[in-house]
Amino acid sequence: MATPMSQPASPADVKAELLKRYPAKVARKRAKQILINEAQENETPEILANVRTIPGIITMRGCTYAGCKGVVLGPSRDIVNITHGPIGCGFYSWLTRRNQTDAGPDGENYMTYCFSTDMQDSDIIFGGEKKLAAAIQEAYDLFHPKAIAVFATCPVGLIGDDIHTVAKRMKEKFGDCNVFAFSCEGYKGVSQSAGHHIANNQLFRHIVGVNDAPKEGRFKINLLGEYNIGGDGFEIDRILKKCGITCLATFSGNSTYDQFASSHQADLNAVMCHRSINYVADMLETRFGIPWIKVNFIGAQATAKSLRKIAQYFGDQELLARVEAVIAEEMPAVEKVQAEVLPRTSGKTAMLFVGGSRAHHYQELFAEMGMKTISAGYEFAHRDDYEGRQVLPHLEVDADSRNIEEIEVTADPGRFQPRKKPEEVQALEAAGYRFKHYDGMIPEMDRGTLVVDDLNQYEAEKLVQILKPDIFCAGIKEKYSIQKLGVPMKQLHSYDSGGPYAGFAGAINFYREIDRLVNSKVWGYMQAPWQKNPQLSATFGWE
Amino acid sequence: MLLRHTPKEMTERQALTINPAKTCQPIGAMYAALGIHGCLPHSHGSQGCCAYHRSTLTRHYKEPIAAATSSFTEGASVFGGQANLLQAIHNIFTVYEPEVIAVHTTCLSETIGDDLKQIKRKAEEEGKIPKGKHVIGANTPSYVGSHVSGFASMTKAMAMCAQRTGKKNGRVNIIPGWVEPADMEELKRLTDLMGVKTILFPDTSGVLNGPLSGEYQMFPQGGVTMAELMACGDSTGTLALGEWCSADAARWLDANCKVPCKVLEMPFGLAATDRFIDALRTVAGVAVPEAIIHERGQLVDLISDMHQYLFHKKVALVGDPDQLIAMTEFLVSLDLWPVHVVTGTPGAKFEARIRELTREVPCPVNVRAGGDMFLLHQWIKNEPVDLLVGNTYCKYIARDEDIPYLRWGFPILDRQGHQYFPTVAYKGALRLLEKILGVLMDRQDRDAPEQSFELVM
Ligand code: SF4
Ligand code: SF4
Repeated sequence: MATPMSQPASPADVKAELLKRYPAKVARKRAKQILINEAQENETPEILANVRTIPGIITMRGCTYAGCKGVVLGPSRDIVNITHGPIGCGFYSWLTRRNQTDAGPDGENYMTYCFSTDMQDSDIIFGGEKKLAAAIQEAYDLFHPKAIAVFATCPVGLIGDDIHTVAKRMKEKFGDCNVFAFSCEGYKGVSQSAGHHIANNQLFRHIVGVNDAPKEGRFKINLLGEYNIGGDGFEIDRILKKCGITCLATFSGNSTYDQFASSHQADLNAVMCHRSINYVADMLETRFGIPWIKVNFIGAQATAKSLRKIAQYFGDQELLARVEAVIAEEMPAVEKVQAEVLPRTSGKTAMLFVGGSRAHHYQELFAEMGMKTISAGYEFAHRDDYEGRQVLPHLEVDADSRNIEEIEVTADPGRFQPRKKPEEVQALEAAGYRFKHYDGMIPEMDRGTLVVDDLNQYEAEKLVQILKPDIFCAGIKEKYSIQKLGVPMKQLHSYDSGGPYAGFAGAINFYREIDRLVNSKVWGYMQAPWQKNPQLSATFGWE
Repeated sequence: MLLRHTPKEMTERQALTINPAKTCQPIGAMYAALGIHGCLPHSHGSQGCCAYHRSTLTRHYKEPIAAATSSFTEGASVFGGQANLLQAIHNIFTVYEPEVIAVHTTCLSETIGDDLKQIKRKAEEEGKIPKGKHVIGANTPSYVGSHVSGFASMTKAMAMCAQRTGKKNGRVNIIPGWVEPADMEELKRLTDLMGVKTILFPDTSGVLNGPLSGEYQMFPQGGVTMAELMACGDSTGTLALGEWCSADAARWLDANCKVPCKVLEMPFGLAATDRFIDALRTVAGVAVPEAIIHERGQLVDLISDMHQYLFHKKVALVGDPDQLIAMTEFLVSLDLWPVHVVTGTPGAKFEARIRELTREVPCPVNVRAGGDMFLLHQWIKNEPVDLLVGNTYCKYIARDEDIPYLRWGFPILDRQGHQYFPTVAYKGALRLLEKILGVLMDRQDRDAPEQSFELVM
């Protein structure tokens, strides 16, 4: 039966359709997390974010442990990361994020290993502190690492193991190995986001600033919120080096203990993923006087812009010229591939539902291919990631956020040193330079697009059915249900395959990858010829 | 060297597990539950566990894995998860309309002490379970057993759906254990060939190896139906494949519904398949058709053709107990020598059975239940092998030690095919053998000097 030609659905209709099936209470809550992007008297519209997941509604989210151990600490290579808990959590976070590492000249790399206390029921009944201490000792005896980190899983918090005291005791005992712990039980907070915060706090408390031995480099920065998935960090490193910029520490792609320990010596912090790491940026500024800026190395134009922004900060003519030279050198190859794919990609549409900043960053790459983002949202962002940091003072602190410690940071008496004089800052700001700011995703999205927080499986399916995007981006859990609908799906948390997608070389990879996905012949094979024309209308015979 | 820090010198570890050869119970329960038609698995605990289990199953089966969670936050962890589960049950039946919700616990809800039975009763009282729909449950604290025992617990919960009428239905229950969808399909093909009517549970064929058609079905065609599960108490008998995965369910039916059971080893390889076919023939009272004897003959033929490449080669294996036992027997029957065998799942019976199967192997055999892959790697460093068999995580050992390697078991994250091509029974054994020969002969080619690089090997 032929379906009547339908009008393109209005955003309001789409929203209504997404909510239709829900019980009233669920619908009411979800309605505030689904936003039609329309400017309201110069104000960014308000969205409900960072609130609890609804039990029974199939969510895309993970947990606090995943955010802490999986995302932030996972990519550090010379720290032995021990999961304290039953075996599962450690097992699932073992190499599954595609964080690449290079063992470097010192040869230390524990990322390929999974360490766990594999708690048994006796540990749950009698407490797991003894076993944890023994596990730390065994790790120390076997590997003699510079640092051992301990991550708590759900049951650990319930039975009340004091992991911090155990860590402290072991650190004192060893003398030459820093041991610290993270209370990142999965039930804390409402998503991975709480885990990022906890990871940031402890990194700052236990490692940042412990090594004062001077680091070489004229233009020293830290790169925050870059996890080296599919080698992204390697590509950014290549570009920075080429520009003559020294990256002291990456938080935390392919990072080392010493990078964190020395990171307070940088003169600028460049923040990629705002959500997962803005805490460290703020703390480094308060304690040591290092300013931070938001950058984005996803997309060739974004990369160029970010490099210029870094160079502008230092204000050095030589550096500014060097950056321009690098951009000029890199862009032709990018433009060549861009021109190749444009005829095949422009006018196509995308949806992006990724953890934090990625749902925003990747829109730049799609724009470079002439593709429009018709709907996007974050898995675990807060309102500032959507609407910009100016909303921060107005955020309400709910019970779940109150559970996450805010650490008191003050200026370090000996080492606080403002990197710029007030008049230099003023001059830069007068020229339109913005420190410590993020505008969020919503202002950069088109009118009438749908912004959905904590999208779930049901709404994803509906969105795809109604708006029929040419590509959908999310994580592994979503991949195959979307593809069953005949729409290609690209993972953007830990890329299902390929990469790097950051920087100039990454942009080229991404153009090719998306061209492949949206133009693959396979999407035309859904139906057999006889299904497309089921009536036996053809004439018999072979003439 | 990706595992460069693994020393050759062995030390005993009491507390630290390194590179586990098992994972936690709930994921097994989730996989088993997907083998029920129209079932939405539900993880009662924090949402992180559910996310991890879905991700891992998705990466292995390359199929959508729908499962819900109670999404505990701190409050639920303190006051108990009853409110969350009740709310979840209501939301799930309203939004997704499954036939059945299969709830399993996690270490969190177990530690709090949530009582699934009582919560289910409450849900019934409050009218949250629509008429004709079902909620079943299994306790799967992750600090006990492994993914294998979690699978067994949910399988047992399925058996416990049985409603005995006292009238036999002439069917044979087959509990296949944790095998691939393709394996379940293969078992059904064989029982069809034999003319035996069966109830196979769980049955993930058709659920986790579905077609791409432009439609997403949260509940695909496959899976054992609730009606079949309710009928399994009236079957003639039960064949349970695998002591670890399937025996509990079968013994429960035996004790509570008087359905006699036989626990067999999983039918991987020649001898175990022979025993399976023989048992099936006996319980159903049928003759083995020529077609099956033919398939068996083909397997024997391939073994004899290629024996020279296998004879007295040393093998290291890691995986789940039921699979490993059958695989070890198969390898020994091919005149290979399994010398290191590790499972992460605890159980003393395992070590005893492997010892028995390898008693004729003329060199020392290392066996460990409750071991890890770090141990396996150390054993290999001390006694190198010609072939490594295990899940995807073994690729790091295989690369470091340069060993031919067969991907087999769970999870396989970096290859396709396991969901489509069976490795059980005679046809499956043909495929296993072909794959083993493939890696061994590729190695011979790779290592051959030019003078002895041969077209006809
Ligand atoms: S918290 Fe427990 S159930 Fe959840 S993933 Fe970890 S081990 Fe498994
Ligand atoms: S996807 Fe982005 S926001 Fe999410 S964890 Fe990764 S880097 Fe952070």
